[in-house]
Amino acid sequence: MAEKQDFYILEDEVSIPYQNAYGPTWTRFFEGFKKEKIYGSRCLKCNRVLVPARSYCPRCFIEVEDVIEVSQEGAIVSWCLTEYEYFGMPTKPPFISALIRLDGTDAEFVHLVGGIDLSDPEYVRKTVKTGMKVKAVWKEEKTGHILDIKYFAPVK
Amino acid sequence: MGTVISASSDVFHGGISCANSYYWDAGAAFLKNASRQDGESLFAFSYAIMRILSGSYDSALVLGVCKGSENPENDMLTHFFTDPFYQRQIGLNETIAAALQKREYMDRYGITEEQCAGVVVKNLGNALRNPYAHIKKKVEIDDVLASEVVMDPLRSMECAPKSEGIIAMLLAKEDLAKKLTDKPVWFKGYGSSIDKFYLGDRDLLDGQLKTAAMRAYDVAGITDPKKEIDVAEICEPYAFQELLWYEDLGFCERGEGGKFFDSGATKIDGKIPVNPSGGVIANNPYVSRGLYRLAEGFLQIRGQAGERQLDTKVTTALAHGTHGFAGQCHAVAIIGN
Repeated sequence: MAEKQDFYILEDEVSIPYQNAYGPTWTRFFEGFKKEKIYGSRCLKCNRVLVPARSYCPRCFIEVEDVIEVSQEGAIVSWCLTEYEYFGMPTKPPFISALIRLDGTDAEFVHLVGGIDLSDPEYVRKTVKTGMKVKAVWKEEKTGHILDIKYFAPVK
Repeated sequence: MGTVISASSDVFHGGISCANSYYWDAGAAFLKNASRQDGESLFAFSYAIMRILSGSYDSALVLGVCKGSENPENDMLTHFFTDPFYQRQIGLNETIAAALQKREYMDRYGITEEQCAGVVVKNLGNALRNPYAHIKKKVEIDDVLASEVVMDPLRSMECAPKSEGIIAMLLAKEDLAKKLTDKPVWFKGYGSSIDKFYLGDRDLLDGQLKTAAMRAYDVAGITDPKKEIDVAEICEPYAFQELLWYEDLGFCERGEGGKFFDSGATKIDGKIPVNPSGGVIANNPYVSRGLYRLAEGFLQIRGQAGERQLDTKVTTALAHGTHGFAGQCHAVAIIGN
């Protein structure tokens, strides 16, 4: 049996362009982003406010109320500082991913936390805390994209 | 062979779609009524079990295939578990999801970094006796704590590697099994459950493993898993998850995973050894890892686990597989003699 190093290796890279349709619910959600609004949906059975807005409640499996605007402020439930980069990563490290419970909602919104110096991990660990209040910071130019919110920054 | 069920994942298979078309004939599936499951291989096991229980087949071959060495980083691939509009664009992947879960676990229940690192020390220690393990090195808590922080609070040594793993398991109905071997191992129970898709919709510390385990215990007639399970082989792609899964499997109470670990109960000579093979931290053939757990349980029951064979009598084994972010879906299988 030949050793692994005896085999030829084919270096290959696959790039496949897709056109993903947002559909009515995501389109409505991102229309809100263009107006600097975050939309959620209230389930009429369990009464939870889910964010992002959606067409049904995954727990109760029923249609939900039309979109409602939710708060742009909330508290960090958990966070992760990424310092490692791999091929094709859409967000360049260092960045902070976080579960954010927006005020008045019942699900975590997953987004980035920024507006603080990320160059020193020790400083980040001392500064970012679970329970910390944060607020959405919008880009100047909005295209109806999840990163129209640049990040959530600590509330001063 | 009556039928062949295989597990492989297109995204984890060198950019081949369908992955199974490539190994189909080598897997003895050509011209058979065969099928494939994409994702966690314990689901393929349940598919094969059902085909035998239906009475249509006397035997079934279950295959799990994953060739990690040809793949890019696991996280480049797990990034594609996301939806395209929301979670993908903000760079979410399996390790970030696990890091968010770990911090919540530490915050809510006081799980310590030392306890999480301890799982790595235990499992890599066990792997030293396993000829099939990928990572073989003796490590101490301090080595784990000193390893590079990749996605804070996760360090590189707390994350499973990407490994090779091809596995084939033959299932047969009772009369055929008795003809094939003097030491059959029997299917006792199976359960699975899947949580909601969006990470933010879930309680990451109260997931679906509990439900999957209850379903498996129910089928197997197990009422006290702590007493009735002799060995557990579980999927811990991130070390701390082993502690959380102890709780969901009913080995200890909610929030007590760290204390239970500290008691030594899950060591290779403990009351309920967990991952005597070294677990997924030592060997992570992504798709086939669940079926590996089952094969380890099989070897333990038959007394064929070599140097990692437990000193105690093993009559009932539990195997667990997980797939998706922070344990979105789980499968539990119980086998025994």
